[in-house]
Amino acid sequence: MRLKVIAMLAAVSLVAACSSSGEEAATTENTGTQTTAAPPPPAPSGPVAGSREHFIQVAGDRVFFAFDRSDLSDQAQSTLDAQAAWLGSFPAVTVTIEGHADERGTDDYNLALSARRAAAARDYLIAKGVAAGRIETLAYGESRPAAIGSNEAAWAQNRRAVTVLTGGLGS
Amino acid sequence: MVTVMKQAFTATLALAVVILGTALSGPARAEVRIDITRGNVEPMPIAISEFFGLSAPETELGKNIADVIQNNLVNSGLFRAIDRAAFNQDSQSLAVRPRFESWRKIDAQALVSGKISTEADGRITVEFRLWDVFAAEHMLGRRYSADAASWRRIAHVVSDAIYKRITGEEGYFDSQIVYVAKSGPKDKRIHKLAIMDQDGANHRYLTDGSSLVVKPRFSPARKEIVYLDFYNNTPRVYLFNLETGRREVLGPYNGMTFSPRFSPDGNRVVMTFEENGNSEIYVMDLRTRQSTRLTKDPAIDTSPSFAPDGNRVTFESDRGGSQQIYVMNADGTDQHRISFGEGVYGTPVWSPRGDLIAFTKILRGEFFIGVMRPDGTGERLLVGGYHNEGPTWSPNGRVLMYYRETRGEKGESYLYSIDLTGYNERLIATPGYAADPAWSPLNR
Repeated sequence: MRLKVIAMLAAVSLVAACSSSGEEAATTENTGTQTTAAPPPPAPSGPVAGSREHFIQVAGDRVFFAFDRSDLSDQAQSTLDAQAAWLGSFPAVTVTIEGHADERGTDDYNLALSARRAAAARDYLIAKGVAAGRIETLAYGESRPAAIGSNEAAWAQNRRAVTVLTGGLGS
Repeated sequence: MVTVMKQAFTATLALAVVILGTALSGPARAEVRIDITRGNVEPMPIAISEFFGLSAPETELGKNIADVIQNNLVNSGLFRAIDRAAFNQDSQSLAVRPRFESWRKIDAQALVSGKISTEADGRITVEFRLWDVFAAEHMLGRRYSADAASWRRIAHVVSDAIYKRITGEEGYFDSQIVYVAKSGPKDKRIHKLAIMDQDGANHRYLTDGSSLVVKPRFSPARKEIVYLDFYNNTPRVYLFNLETGRREVLGPYNGMTFSPRFSPDGNRVVMTFEENGNSEIYVMDLRTRQSTRLTKDPAIDTSPSFAPDGNRVTFESDRGGSQQIYVMNADGTDQHRISFGEGVYGTPVWSPRGDLIAFTKILRGEFFIGVMRPDGTGERLLVGGYHNEGPTWSPNGRVLMYYRETRGEKGESYLYSIDLTGYNERLIATPGYAADPAWSPLNR
């Protein structure tokens, strides 16, 4: 239990470190000079660089949305910046962005809304230089909740777009 | 993987029908009558005798048939069954002729009698009669012959005949429900297509749960369903033949397709196609496989449902800034919003009678099932609570079925039905959690 807490703290500090480098990458790109992002420093005794665990630790695999919205918050953009940078370092990796909704809508609408969310995240990554051919999207609506409670905290976790690494992960 | 039991579904069941008269009466007057447009009517007391048979198997079948009829009529909310223990005339003498005074004593207004015989070829003949107890009159009589294995269908057909004779409207008992059966924890739920008779009998699964399935819908001839399947992580609308078990992806779409429904003539399927995050409604002709786009708007356009005449389609859209119900012509022209009440509206579905559109409404965190006229007037909410969603109409347009999910980590989901008047809400028994019901048209 105690070990887990320490690991989580480490992860948090890494994500924080990486977010700022992601923002830098975004800034450079806006000036038109961004070509390759520097590979993120390998986490000492952490996950193997280029692995799923590394992606989650370094970039974070998901962004969250407000109720009935698909626009990207500042925080979501900064996570996606970090994802774009990471994907820039591992150019063989392909991803599927899975869109999700909370349970407080009707099913068809939630499918469409979660598709919108996945598309918003994909479009952002493409704008940040990730080749469109590397990104698939998949909309799950409300059928795959990450948190099972029926309260705002759970719903906030479920209104999400998750970037899942699907290929090009090396061996 | 996907197997369908064939015999149970064939609509070709040979039900030879003979209409029976009686020497007792001239043209029956409708003394016994229920006006089902009134809400909360006092249920009519009805006595349903076990059908008389000479042999032990016939006697058992006669009890089973009477039980199914009784269950149907009581579940409609319009009838109250009188306990058979109170009956003063046995089924054998009743099969000859009712002693009306003894049925009046137990306050039966309507009386159902019947008898069963077995033919040399093993087929059964089932005869029933409906009596008006107080007028001492014969109201209705029919004789059916069919395979003995079809006794449930006969019981449903008899139930529909009684319902129609007494209410003046078509029944809905000889029909099926297709729905999504759910099991497992809320975040790892397994979804299977399942089908059953409207009373829960003959339940069986149509898919094995290996992929997420959503919202099955019957074709008008009931031989096929359309639904969304996430097979191979590729969400597409599938056409599923219930007789052969064969299924195929519908349409050439390179993106997610969902929320399909048949046109009333069965020749077209209207559905949503999502591309780059934008959802639009398309209609596909099953004969030519040609698709036509009906909406063109960056908003979410989904949940289309044809009017029974096939000329119009109702759907939902958030093009005005929130999720609302719209109606358009079947060619996509004249798209206009019809829902203007408080809250947001979705899942519109046109009544088979054409007079109403049922919907899900979300207001202040509650999910309601309601109806409104196709011009948006006359909104009426029938049921509310934490989460009620996805109404489907009974074939006669008098009853709505929907699913209700409980709040919390279990997320228990079950099917319910409610009369259009807002009374007689009933749980539909399923083996496990259930959602996305679709009611079939009446078997013909």
